[in-house]
Amino acid sequence: MAWVSFTRHLQRFFPTLEACEVPGATVRALIDELERRHPGLAHYVIDETGRLRRHVNIFVGEEPVRDRAKLADALAPDARVFIMQALSGG
Amino acid sequence: MSHHILLGTRKGTLIVDRKSGRWTPRPIAHPGVSISFAARDPRDGTLWVAMDHGHWGPKLSRSRDEGRSWESLTQIGYPKGARFIEQHLPTPDQDPSAEKATTYKEAALLKVWVLAFGTKDQPGVIHAGTLPGGLFTSVDGGDHWELDRALWNHESRGGDLFAGDATSRNQWGGTPAAIAYGEFVPGIHSIVVDPRDGNHLYVGVSSAGVLETRDGGKSWHGCNRGMLNDYLPNPEAEWGHDPHFVTSCPAAPDRLWQQNHCGVFTSDDGAGRWARVSKNDVNVHFGFPIAADERDPLTAWVVPAKGDDQRMSIDGGLFVARTRDGGASWETFRKGLPQEHSYDVVYRHALDARGDFVCFGSTTGNVYVSEDRGESWQCVGNNLPPVHSVRFA
Repeated sequence: MAWVSFTRHLQRFFPTLEACEVPGATVRALIDELERRHPGLAHYVIDETGRLRRHVNIFVGEEPVRDRAKLADALAPDARVFIMQALSGG
Repeated sequence: MSHHILLGTRKGTLIVDRKSGRWTPRPIAHPGVSISFAARDPRDGTLWVAMDHGHWGPKLSRSRDEGRSWESLTQIGYPKGARFIEQHLPTPDQDPSAEKATTYKEAALLKVWVLAFGTKDQPGVIHAGTLPGGLFTSVDGGDHWELDRALWNHESRGGDLFAGDATSRNQWGGTPAAIAYGEFVPGIHSIVVDPRDGNHLYVGVSSAGVLETRDGGKSWHGCNRGMLNDYLPNPEAEWGHDPHFVTSCPAAPDRLWQQNHCGVFTSDDGAGRWARVSKNDVNVHFGFPIAADERDPLTAWVVPAKGDDQRMSIDGGLFVARTRDGGASWETFRKGLPQEHSYDVVYRHALDARGDFVCFGSTTGNVYVSEDRGESWQCVGNNLPPVHSVRFA
């Protein structure tokens, strides 16, 4: 189970969103599970092709996700994942 | 006469109400979110907003209670397999003689640029023009949207790229408005619905020109006869035009108006042929928006700018020009508008006319309204965010 934290700015659109444990072997699987829990959330993070939005960052540990096109990065069972807004989009 | 104005601004949506002869904005909605377009559906009163989140992707928002509450909608998206031919901005080391392979890119929504509503006998039909170069239509009030594939697959764009590689040359250039998104793609900024027949539409494309469908989007053809450009070797080329905004007279829909990069154009035969009606002696030529009178096919308004080399007010003074004879002559009006140190420019969706009322907003956050058909102006606000769209509501 990965532990996922979010920029607080996403709470504007999803008021019940809190850091939580989420199952998933890859970052994409984790996003899909978050979408199931918070319908619409994935659209804020990825576009309709599945690509990470240009001004959104996902970190696994302290490293930015490598595969921005498909989010295929594997997650260790104890991974810590951070979904942030990028400085570039401000 | 509408007593409400919807402003789409860089920092949110403003609804402006006319009370006791004064126009006053309400507290901002969608605070901090860039709004590319906002308008009311005249058929059911729903307020529609195209949001351009800096981080979170483009989305629509609608209000069915006069702006008291808003609902975000995420349904507009390109279908899997929607591709386009990539274009690149020139770079200093580019070799124009080098043969480049055609490359394709999968489309993802960058921006909803404009919304248009179907006719009275098409309840729930809404159209959206997007970057990159899409026309989407909803038939259920915005709950679901479909890409117009005939337009997407048009021969002027390389043909059906869902099916395979290009079978014709791409004639649609990128729009400078896309560069902020890190892309150089075309955009649809104008959708003209014929009030006599909701299956008859025109779209304005930056930068390609105007296209028309008469069968509800199943087939399209270009209609750019008479258009002239100043930046291609052939000024009468079929494609490559840069309409900034295209609109029509609701009471006489065969009268079309176009503020183009290369002047003001009009057509009195449903875009069968265009004529340039710029008048350089009164500085009516370059600009972005144009508004048609609701009833009189010969009346239209523009807000000219110094361009295309400067793109700001001409000689520091802001003015509105009106024609009442189909563009043969233009009157200019300055009363109530700043006449020194004005550097405003008015974007393509930021001018509107309804009855005797005319309103525009500028990139420097100034909004002015006229109640006498553009002849004199009162200020709605001087310190508003940059204004992207103005629509009476």
